[in-house]
Amino acid sequence: MSLTPRVLEIRQKVLSRNDELARALRARLRGHGVFTLNLVSSPGTGKTRLLEVLLRRLVERGIRVHALVGDLATDNDAQRLARSGAPVRQILTQGRCHLEAEMIAQHLEGWDLEACDLLVIENVGNLVCPSSYDLGEDARIALLSVTEGEDKPLKYPAIFNSADVAVITKVDLAEACEADLGALHANLQAIRPGITVFETSARTGTGLDALLDWITARQSERGASLQGAAPR
Amino acid sequence: MHELSIAQSLVALAQQHLPADVSRVHAVTVRVGALAGVVGEALHFCYDLATEGTPLAGSSLRIEDVPLVIHCDGCGQDHQLAMPPVFRCPVCDVPCGDVRQGRELDLASIEYDTDEDAPP
Repeated sequence: MSLTPRVLEIRQKVLSRNDELARALRARLRGHGVFTLNLVSSPGTGKTRLLEVLLRRLVERGIRVHALVGDLATDNDAQRLARSGAPVRQILTQGRCHLEAEMIAQHLEGWDLEACDLLVIENVGNLVCPSSYDLGEDARIALLSVTEGEDKPLKYPAIFNSADVAVITKVDLAEACEADLGALHANLQAIRPGITVFETSARTGTGLDALLDWITARQSERGASLQGAAPR
Repeated sequence: MHELSIAQSLVALAQQHLPADVSRVHAVTVRVGALAGVVGEALHFCYDLATEGTPLAGSSLRIEDVPLVIHCDGCGQDHQLAMPPVFRCPVCDVPCGDVRQGRELDLASIEYDTDEDAPP
C-alpha cells in the first residue's frame, strides 16, 4: 500500500542563518561607525596587491583601517598587508572557497571597533561562491584585471550583478594584452546597469586617488551619519 | 565549490522544520534562481553527502529553477531574461537592473511520512 506523502511547505532561504548573522554584524559595525567593504575577484586579479597599496595610503590619510583576509591556506597575505601598519588578521577557511558572516564575527573578537573607521574584507579568490554570502558589508567591490578577458562579467553574472562597485586592475598591462576596455565597461554595464567603475594599476598608481576618494567619502558619510543619529 | 556548504545549510534548515513524528523523508524541494550562483548537478551530488547519517538520508533533492525576471519602469512590465543576462528592457531597450526574481535559494517544501502513515 502506498500513501501520499505529507507535504510541509516551508519557503525559507537556505542561507537564512548566514543572512541573520550578517544583519546582526552589519548593525554592530554601523553602530561603531565602521564602514565595511567586501573585495571579491578571481584568484590572481590582484586583490592583495591593490589592498597593500590602499591600506598604506589610507593609513597616510589618517583613516583607522583594519583588514581581514581570507584564504584557503597560508597567512602570506596577512603578512604582506600588515606591513602597511594597519591591524590585519588572516582567516583560514580550511578548504572553504568563500567567507561566511560567522567567520567575520569570530575574527573581529578582541578588536576595539571604536578605534576602527573602515574594515576591508578580502574574500577568497573565487567569482562564484562568495556571491551567495552576505558578510555584513556596506559595499561589495568586484575586481577584474585586464588580463582576464572582457567577457568575465558575462560569464559570472551573479557576482558582478551583486557588486556595488567594479575595479579594473592592472590597466598598465591593457595595451600589452590587447584588452578592449570599452568592451569591458560595456559588459559591466550590461550585467549591472549604473555600476561605478574605477580603472586602476597598483604598480603605476593610476586611478588609486579616485578609488581612495570614493572610499574615504563613503566612510566619512558613515561617521557623520552616526554623529547625527546618536548625539551624546 | 560552495554547493557542499549550501547542502549542509539546507539539511540543517530542513531538520529544524521536520515534525517530531516523521518516519521517512521522501524529498526536499529547493528553488534555485538563475542568479543564485548554484550549480544544480553539484548540489545534487553534495546533497547525498550532506544527508548521510541524518533523518534525511536516502531522500531525493528536487530543484525548481527560477528564471531571472526584471521590472522596467518605462513600460511598467516584468520581463524574463535569458542567461547570460543583459540587463536591458527588451521592449524599451534601456538599461534596467531591477531584479524581481532569480536570486532565490530557498527551501520550498519537504515530503515525508509519519509513524501514523506506516502500513500496519
